[in-house]
Amino acid sequence: MALLEIEGLTVEFGSVAAPLIAVDNVDLTMEAGEIVGCVGESGSGKSVTALALMGLVDFPGRVRAKRMSFDGRDLLGLSDAGRRALVGKDIAMIFQDPLASLNPCFTVAFQLTETMRIHGTDAARRSAKRRRDRALELLQQVEIPDAATRLGAFPHQLSGGMAQRVMIAMAIACNPRLLIADEPTTALDVTVQAQVLELLVRLQHERGMALLLITHDLAVVAETVQRVMVMYAGQQVETGPVPAIFEAPEHPYTQALLAALPEHNLERSRLKAIPGIVPGQFDRPVGCLLSPRCDYALERCHRDQPLLEGPEGRKVRCHFPLDPAGYPTGGWKAESQAQLPAETPASGT
Amino acid sequence: MLEAVIEERIGPAPEASAWREFWQAYSQSRGALIGLALVIALILLAVFADVVSPHPPNEQYREFTLTPPAWHQGGTANFMLGTDPVGRDMLSRLIHGTRLSLLIGLISVTISLSLGVVLGLLAGYFRGLLETTIMRVMDVMLALPSLLLAIAVVAILGPGLINAMYAIAIVLLPHYVRLTRAAVLAETGKEYVASSRIAGAGPIRLMFSTILPNCVAPLIVQATLGFSSAILDAAALGFLGLGAQPPTPEWGSMLAGALEFIQRASWVVTFPGLAILITVLAFNLMGDGLRDALDPKLKR
Repeated sequence: MALLEIEGLTVEFGSVAAPLIAVDNVDLTMEAGEIVGCVGESGSGKSVTALALMGLVDFPGRVRAKRMSFDGRDLLGLSDAGRRALVGKDIAMIFQDPLASLNPCFTVAFQLTETMRIHGTDAARRSAKRRRDRALELLQQVEIPDAATRLGAFPHQLSGGMAQRVMIAMAIACNPRLLIADEPTTALDVTVQAQVLELLVRLQHERGMALLLITHDLAVVAETVQRVMVMYAGQQVETGPVPAIFEAPEHPYTQALLAALPEHNLERSRLKAIPGIVPGQFDRPVGCLLSPRCDYALERCHRDQPLLEGPEGRKVRCHFPLDPAGYPTGGWKAESQAQLPAETPASGT
Repeated sequence: MLEAVIEERIGPAPEASAWREFWQAYSQSRGALIGLALVIALILLAVFADVVSPHPPNEQYREFTLTPPAWHQGGTANFMLGTDPVGRDMLSRLIHGTRLSLLIGLISVTISLSLGVVLGLLAGYFRGLLETTIMRVMDVMLALPSLLLAIAVVAILGPGLINAMYAIAIVLLPHYVRLTRAAVLAETGKEYVASSRIAGAGPIRLMFSTILPNCVAPLIVQATLGFSSAILDAAALGFLGLGAQPPTPEWGSMLAGALEFIQRASWVVTFPGLAILITVLAFNLMGDGLRDALDPKLKR
């Protein structure tokens, strides 16, 4: 049985009549010990998905799902107390801005031991000495130099990279089985990014925990994860294994994201950009959500919303998925030449 | 040698640095230091009132009624600041009055601070209808002049020192509620609160041990300033006969009791007034200094 199973997760904000759909029908399955990446530009619903999973979407937001279970336990029907017992222990999360994620009023040691006092093993719950030893051990595991001194430090005395390491130490304090990292390296500079990422992967490997890596940095994803889901405007547009999804993207959005990487533009003088921005509440297109920004969009794209289709583990939400050479298939050529509104029989993959 | 210089420049252990930093910022202002010195002196006076004061506060020396202060003609060194219309030593009564005033300040501020913090936390954390209800009630309380409200409360509870403290606590309450709520609103959105929630913290823990410690700076300042307004309000209530009842040596009621002698014996009115002035000034100076030291927005 999969560790995490999400089916048809939808998160809405605002009024019921005209909701802002932040997450639209997302499916996600994660096995124990698996690293899954979630990529997409700002506003594509990556973080909200994670927050909904943790039960952190508050009142004006509405979370619906056909199924959302962790290790066989239903997350939707969980009481507040039940959810608190689960999250923090079995599911942990780290955030984008490490300095803002630490309480400025307390020392590193206090914040590290606080979780253990509630979720830890019986021994850890009873003995303050043991908790402190464990905190020291954790800091050493996340490779903080001079860990013993850092225990007494306040967050403002730490650098960004060090604070993120402390956050990671806090997250793994109770041996979670799923770690959600929400843009863990975005606020850090490049050299520290690599170190933190390496640390995350090492810890994931040592502990066999599942890791959901949310990021907009495709380079990070390419180096670390096994499977990727690409999100756009709250929808999954493509899912697939690495490196297949990067070698032969089937969705124009994935292709465009890859084309926007400097590494892929060695011969070109200007970086390729995706025109426009993610649609908001009021300019949501009728058809494919990417259609206003897509290079290949045709009449049908503007009219009908495509479905997420394809074989298990390699799905794409496009009327004209790209072939390995990067050209749209599914009768795109004929249809674009005709530019007729008439339905073509050939569709899908 | 070099180490010693570095040690001196950087300062010693990091634990002490927060206090050191605070003290450096606080001692920048001379007014704040004067205020702090005065407050400490007042506290010492209050604590050692029985030892320091030359006479018992309610002892009436009938042969010495309305004796002028020592430096006036007809004054005696036995009664440094003179005596009141029934022959009680002014100095001793003022010293004992310090004890009362500080007690009034302490108790009313404690009551209204603790209540205000709880209400403010609830309003700021839960929002919605609860917030609206709490804040609108506070707005109504703020709309009434503070002394009028205090008088109304005392009129309901009955005159007396304890009831005056309750009344003052109620009058001060909206300030703390509003301040706490504003600070809580600002802090709740921060990521460390979400990260604490993710670690499994419940609403009570989130409110009191995650968010509240980050909101204390403005509350400390407001509490210090509230001290002075509590003392002032208590004196006003005492003056109106609604606070401490005679023969309690409370400054406000001392003023009221000696009002008719203002023409003949100015000292019986001047000194209690001066005592109130100095105390209020001391706490205000200290509060201003604290605000300058604690508020990051005012830091240079």
